[in-house]
Amino acid sequence: MDFDPSDDQRLLVESVSRMLGDTYSFAQRKGYMALPEGYSPAVWAQFAEQGLLGLPFAEEYGAFGGTAQEVMLVMQAFGRVLVLEPYFPTVVLCGTALNVAGSAAQKTALIPAIAEGHLKMAFAHSERQARYDLSDVVTTAKQTASGWVLDGSKTVVSHGEAADKIIVSARTSGDRYEEDGLSLFIVDAHASGVAMRGYVSRDDTRAADISLSNVTDAELLGEVGGGLAIIQRVVEAGIAASAGETVGAMEAMNEMTLEYSKTRVQFGNPIGTYQVVQHRMADMFMMQEQGRSMAMLATMSIDNPDAASRAHDIALAKVGIGQAGRYVSQSAVQMHGGIGMTEEYAVGHYFRRCMVIERLFGDPAYYLNKLAAEVE
Amino acid sequence: MDLRFTPEELAFREEVRTFIRENLPADTRDRMKLGHPPRKEDTIRWQRILNAKGWAALSWPKEWGGPGWTAIQKMIFLEENLMAPAPELLSFNITMLGPVLIQFGTEEQKKRCLPRAANLDDWWCQGFSEPGAGSDLASLKTAAKRDGDDYVVNGQKIWTSTAHNADWCFLLVRTDPNARKRQEGISFILVDMKTPGITVRPIISIDGSHHLNEVFFDDVRVPVSMRIYEENKGWDVAKYLLGNERTGIARLGKSRERVNAAVSMAKEVNFGGKPLIEDQIFRQRVAQLQVDMKALEITQYRVVSAFDKAKGAGKPDPLSSVLKVKGTELLQATTELAVDVSGPMATPIWAQELAEMNEPDDLMEAGSAGTGSYLMLRAASIYGGTNEIQKNILTKAVLGL
Repeated sequence: MDFDPSDDQRLLVESVSRMLGDTYSFAQRKGYMALPEGYSPAVWAQFAEQGLLGLPFAEEYGAFGGTAQEVMLVMQAFGRVLVLEPYFPTVVLCGTALNVAGSAAQKTALIPAIAEGHLKMAFAHSERQARYDLSDVVTTAKQTASGWVLDGSKTVVSHGEAADKIIVSARTSGDRYEEDGLSLFIVDAHASGVAMRGYVSRDDTRAADISLSNVTDAELLGEVGGGLAIIQRVVEAGIAASAGETVGAMEAMNEMTLEYSKTRVQFGNPIGTYQVVQHRMADMFMMQEQGRSMAMLATMSIDNPDAASRAHDIALAKVGIGQAGRYVSQSAVQMHGGIGMTEEYAVGHYFRRCMVIERLFGDPAYYLNKLAAEVE
Repeated sequence: MDLRFTPEELAFREEVRTFIRENLPADTRDRMKLGHPPRKEDTIRWQRILNAKGWAALSWPKEWGGPGWTAIQKMIFLEENLMAPAPELLSFNITMLGPVLIQFGTEEQKKRCLPRAANLDDWWCQGFSEPGAGSDLASLKTAAKRDGDDYVVNGQKIWTSTAHNADWCFLLVRTDPNARKRQEGISFILVDMKTPGITVRPIISIDGSHHLNEVFFDDVRVPVSMRIYEENKGWDVAKYLLGNERTGIARLGKSRERVNAAVSMAKEVNFGGKPLIEDQIFRQRVAQLQVDMKALEITQYRVVSAFDKAKGAGKPDPLSSVLKVKGTELLQATTELAVDVSGPMATPIWAQELAEMNEPDDLMEAGSAGTGSYLMLRAASIYGGTNEIQKNILTKAVLGL
């Protein structure tokens, strides 16, 4: 066991942090939010230049050849500044789907394009009725003489509008909850029959509801009926990466809170001189570190070939990081007082990002329930 | 970064587990499985078995009988030992006195004390707290005045765990009452508990057990040669002792063992016509504890692996305060779970009458013993620097306030 980043990993974090230092002040971020895309295409191009868009892909596709650890570290740096770009859906979610299930031809066609920054992707799985149940899919895919035809709708698809291609889950057989009848398809975002309704989420990023009506040029990803296993891998990678992002957000909130406690004077002293404030900040630090441990657990679990123990560890990590993020963000707003309630101040934006991540692919209550079912 | 156990570490865990299974005396194991604390003789016998194997003097260098393990190996051993459940190594001997002697002791002091401490030939106790010096330890008053080659000690210590079992005591005394700063007039000395003038008076704690004591010193003569390090520099020794590597401070294995005990008891007890194990609220509670134990386990490995890298030379890791706080919160939450599971069986005190009155009743005995554990571990957030003091430490060390 060795918990320190390697020299290469340290260099990676340094260079990412330096770039974000130049491009991602809170004021700059506000500017990106106001762009039509809801993020900065120029920053996206810088991600490509730095090799970040090829991070988890094999070198044979002209990519970085990194592991989940590098992804965690980069997501941590992203979490510190609340990156708006569609990195998570493109590189983490769709990237994992391609890594796990893509054919050689699909990988060759898509991975270099992602790595170079020419191709953005979205992962369209969740449906309105499903809440967090991964097998609850009613979108259908029917095989016809001219190929697969998709019909249905997907909800809260992160960065749906930004995507050039979408990975869509659909039912190729069975009824609503059946686990074996799911398959994944790659669909051109601008194909006929794909309609998007975009909106802003609570965390300042854009999402979309997507309806698919007689969409004909869908390309199968993985095997027919083998979709759920791939979706699970995608979700697990997403949980690990977003846990890293939560760690970065917690660090930023704790730093902000500490700084505020040194400068905000009440009753004649900085509020950080009062023990009740100090102990709350000590609690926030402890939760941050326990959360960091859980992000590490998720990261070290996602390559575990034993699916049951992998799912168990991911569930533990998801509950722990969710609770940590919630505690730190609620406390950070509380310690800031009135200013923490304002849109113009950063802490509330971190609060909302943590809130969104907490319920991504299932909230702590959902995973606690899964763990409870395993008690014996 | 490599977040997995190496094959060597996994093999080591197996070796430890097997050794404990094959060598832990059955009567000790049976008592402890029911939730009783180890008796004095259980602790002595087990530490001697471990010492014969070379596994007792955990953090000591090899020349003084240490096993030469990495911090991760030590951690693995401690967790396995707690989960067995087996008696813990006597911390006064192994994690407190030993490292202090190795760092500050003379060759003569080391030779005299270390082998006997490792083998538990001498049972040590810690004379730090006083009635007026708890969290504010530096305000201690027990006085040691030079008289020829001796110190003459007068004063009182309190909360002295296992002093009634002890052969020796390491003691903080005030040797310079006029020092400019309170911390500068303190010395660290070793006292034979058989010395005339020492009176040990029991304090019965809320679990009914005799663990704590008051110790009175009335003109107790201690040779100056039994002082560790320089006169009036005892605070440095105490700080080293308290801030020393905190491997195992979280006692996570104990929490795991308590959860396991609660879960197996939950299969036996009735709750609304069904076994309690089927109750959703109970299961959720166990699941939440598993989450918290897992987070602490990883944090603990982060601390010990950083310690390994620093070769023990680093400053005390502020994360060890996280281990103390979160670890003791878990000890309290897990013993609380166990006591809740035992329900009405939590109330009787398992004494001779009860043992004789009933047919052997493991469930009742475990319920009663589990309550003892719950009551005793209320102390966990008080001893070793209260959890509030730990937050003060974090405030200084991490927040810089």
